[in-house]
Amino acid sequence: MSATATPDAPAFVAKTKGGRITNFVDERVGGSGILREFGRKVFPDHWSFMFGEVALYSFVILLLSGTFLTFFFDPSMAETRYAGSYMPLKNVEMSVAYSSSLNISFDVRGGLFMRQVHHWSALLFVASVSVHMLRVFFTGAFRKPREMNWVVGGVLLILSMAAGFTGYSLPDDLLSGNGLRIIDGVIKSIPVIGTYISFFLFGGEFPGTAIIGRLYMLHILLVPALILLMIVMHLFMVVVHKHTQYPGPGRNDGNVVGYPLGPVYAAKAGGFFFIVFGVIALMAGFFTINPIWNYGPYDPSPVSAGTQPDWYIGFVDGALRLMPGIIGDWKVEQIWFGHVFTFNVLLPALVPAGIIFTVLFTYPWIERWITKDTREHHVLDRPRNAPTRTAIGMAGFVWYCVMWAAAGSDLIATHFHVSLNDVTYWLRALFFVGPVIAFVVTKRIALALQRKDREIALHGRETGRIVRLPHGEFIEVHAPLDEYKRYKLVGFESPSPLPAEPNANGVVDSKEKRRAKLSRWFFEDRVAPATPAELAAAHGHGDHEAIESGETQKTLSH
Amino acid sequence: MGNHSDGSPNHSGTVATAGQNEVEKFQDPGIPPHRLRLADTDPKAAKRAERQVALLFGSSVVGTLIFLVAYFAIDLGDDTSIATIRLQNALLGIGTAFAMLGIGTGIVHWAKALMPDHEVSEERHAIRTEEDRLAAVRIVDDIVEETGIKRRPLIRNTLLGAVALAPLPALAVFGDLGPRPDNTLAHTMWAPQDGKLKRLTRDPDGTPIKAADVTIGSAFHVIPEGLNELHEGKLNEKAKAVVLLMRLNPESLNPSPGRENWGYNGIVAYSKICTHVGCPVALYEQQTHHLLCPCHQSTFDLTQECKVIFGPASRPLPQLPIAVDSEGYLVATSDFKEPVGPSYWERDEHERNRNA
Repeated sequence: MSATATPDAPAFVAKTKGGRITNFVDERVGGSGILREFGRKVFPDHWSFMFGEVALYSFVILLLSGTFLTFFFDPSMAETRYAGSYMPLKNVEMSVAYSSSLNISFDVRGGLFMRQVHHWSALLFVASVSVHMLRVFFTGAFRKPREMNWVVGGVLLILSMAAGFTGYSLPDDLLSGNGLRIIDGVIKSIPVIGTYISFFLFGGEFPGTAIIGRLYMLHILLVPALILLMIVMHLFMVVVHKHTQYPGPGRNDGNVVGYPLGPVYAAKAGGFFFIVFGVIALMAGFFTINPIWNYGPYDPSPVSAGTQPDWYIGFVDGALRLMPGIIGDWKVEQIWFGHVFTFNVLLPALVPAGIIFTVLFTYPWIERWITKDTREHHVLDRPRNAPTRTAIGMAGFVWYCVMWAAAGSDLIATHFHVSLNDVTYWLRALFFVGPVIAFVVTKRIALALQRKDREIALHGRETGRIVRLPHGEFIEVHAPLDEYKRYKLVGFESPSPLPAEPNANGVVDSKEKRRAKLSRWFFEDRVAPATPAELAAAHGHGDHEAIESGETQKTLSH
Repeated sequence: MGNHSDGSPNHSGTVATAGQNEVEKFQDPGIPPHRLRLADTDPKAAKRAERQVALLFGSSVVGTLIFLVAYFAIDLGDDTSIATIRLQNALLGIGTAFAMLGIGTGIVHWAKALMPDHEVSEERHAIRTEEDRLAAVRIVDDIVEETGIKRRPLIRNTLLGAVALAPLPALAVFGDLGPRPDNTLAHTMWAPQDGKLKRLTRDPDGTPIKAADVTIGSAFHVIPEGLNELHEGKLNEKAKAVVLLMRLNPESLNPSPGRENWGYNGIVAYSKICTHVGCPVALYEQQTHHLLCPCHQSTFDLTQECKVIFGPASRPLPQLPIAVDSEGYLVATSDFKEPVGPSYWERDEHERNRNA
């Protein structure tokens, strides 16, 4: 079988240079099969698909800039006196870690730039992962068969925050030291093992001399390795599933419509990497991020007002601020059986984040259970066409934002000249009321948009042209949509509530009844897509002439 | 196909949309007709786009040059001012931005204007075939059957037990990450050493404070005498021992029984470490006699022995009992009577032991 080419079957000779290279590689390592599979693979195109790309590219930039920084950074907490070129800190006692961070900023050429690139891309990384997950949630892309990839995405979100926080602490400046102090306080509030974890993490009492070295190892080895592993799994599953596509003419769950990978899609996606890099470079060049030299070395005594964590930790910090320590005269911190239950720290630190991530990880299964929808979905939902899901998402988003805003309660108070206490009281109220309002408002907006779509599909779009009819009546001319645009507005599913069904034993159990209730809650408010019969009826109403004249107008305006 | 979930719309298994399929729906008109771009029809426009792409690539070269010039022409020496560093940083940023954006926008423009933009449709294939799945299920069943694990519970249970215990050493080896917590958290440097009371000294220079220096309305950031001379664990001690010293009109202080002589002439000292999660409570509002933690806004009222009046803290700041020594300097008469800083599991036990 592996006989060499005989004279009667001459070896393949490629005609082009590219062909010869392809042939060279293929004859030695194979792989033309892979190229055949991927070279022209079709990718749907939409601006909202870019967020995931931004996340991937900012991670690549993080690896590049981070590698540079490791060559100069020394994670030691040994004491030293600063001898670098930044005058105001000359001869100040500090840790070697802080001193080497200052050296990167001031004495390594391009070091400050690299630090800024690294920090900005870290912020962008977490942001793009978050926005990407919002996109996936609101368009229903997490549905079968992509539930596992959604979970991988959730893990990536947590890992990106872990990477950010471990890195944030490394320079050992005053700001990050206070961040660690808060983490220590939160850890100590954990019942039974809290003090042990704190002592193990810090190698004794806070701050000790071990923590920076340990975080460094996590930051440059363990966490990035896990992120890389998750990214590989994530992309592998994207290939297996192929990308989702937005609804529209010609698109259904059985096909994928878009541009071939080579050359258009690859060029756009590849070019986009450089654009992301360019934008990060611009930010790094012009907007100072984390000016550690202004903060000074870590010292447990001073702290500056208006301190903020990096944005992604904000929601936890905000929750910590919102929790009252004393309600009336009742202390939230309780002593039971001679031990301290620090509920004023424990609850805000763990419960909101716990709820958010539990719902995030289980949501695909929750929705599937309620809707009993076990089909594969490759066509996305427009958010308005899944009003209840969109409303749930917005409720969660608003809840998160309230906590996030609370992390800046002091800045809100000073910027808008309002009382700090009032800001906190309002945000405490919004913590409970905000998600409810968001749910109701979002659902109404989604339904209203659906109605609007229906109206446009049936009666055409408003042209703004007013016509006076012979008998004196004024009408606005509506231009009908072409069938492609109309299909985009009507081509969706609008499931109705699914009543409780008996199980195999012919019994409707209580779980099934609960499911039916939730299904009603999920689907009872619905706007069905317009049907051809309705369109015919709408035309029969006498709008026909107007539509005809609208069409004429449209042609003329070209 | 017999495959119930391959995603094709006509063969889907469970349909959640009761009643939906009975209604006539709009027919999918298919992919909209392709519209030609200017560059597809007008050779001039195509040529223009080509030049634009080349120009963008050219701007990338300029960016690279800017970067190199900024890197080599601006040298950082010992006397570099921060303005020079900022200038270099900005130029490196501009250079990189041009270099990258030139390539990126050039490629994207090339793709959008000149590469074929025909949308194509490709069939999705089932992730797996029914046949494969049946085979896989059979193989798994066979494997489980051949191990006999179901028929031999003794083997299964001992294996489970062994596997459950095996990770314990892996956990145990982390046991030396830190010392076991003892009562060090309950003690600070303020405890008198060899019968000698510790003086209150200024943070950070460590000079002692005379009671006469503390005027009404003033506040001092205080560290214990001898802290700056420590060689080991200075920050650990400082993290527990920092104190705020304030002087109020003695009438506005309302010391509870047992605390009457913890202050001196209206001078009182309180731990600066927040009882919430340990930030320094560094803001003193002179007019209201409130102490405010800048991290989470816990507010403590000095006139009520630093009781929490707002925010997430639950406990008052611990008070340091102070007096004046024979030379007129402020001294701590004892350590804090309770552990300072954030709460922890054993805190109440430590407090009871201290006061026993």
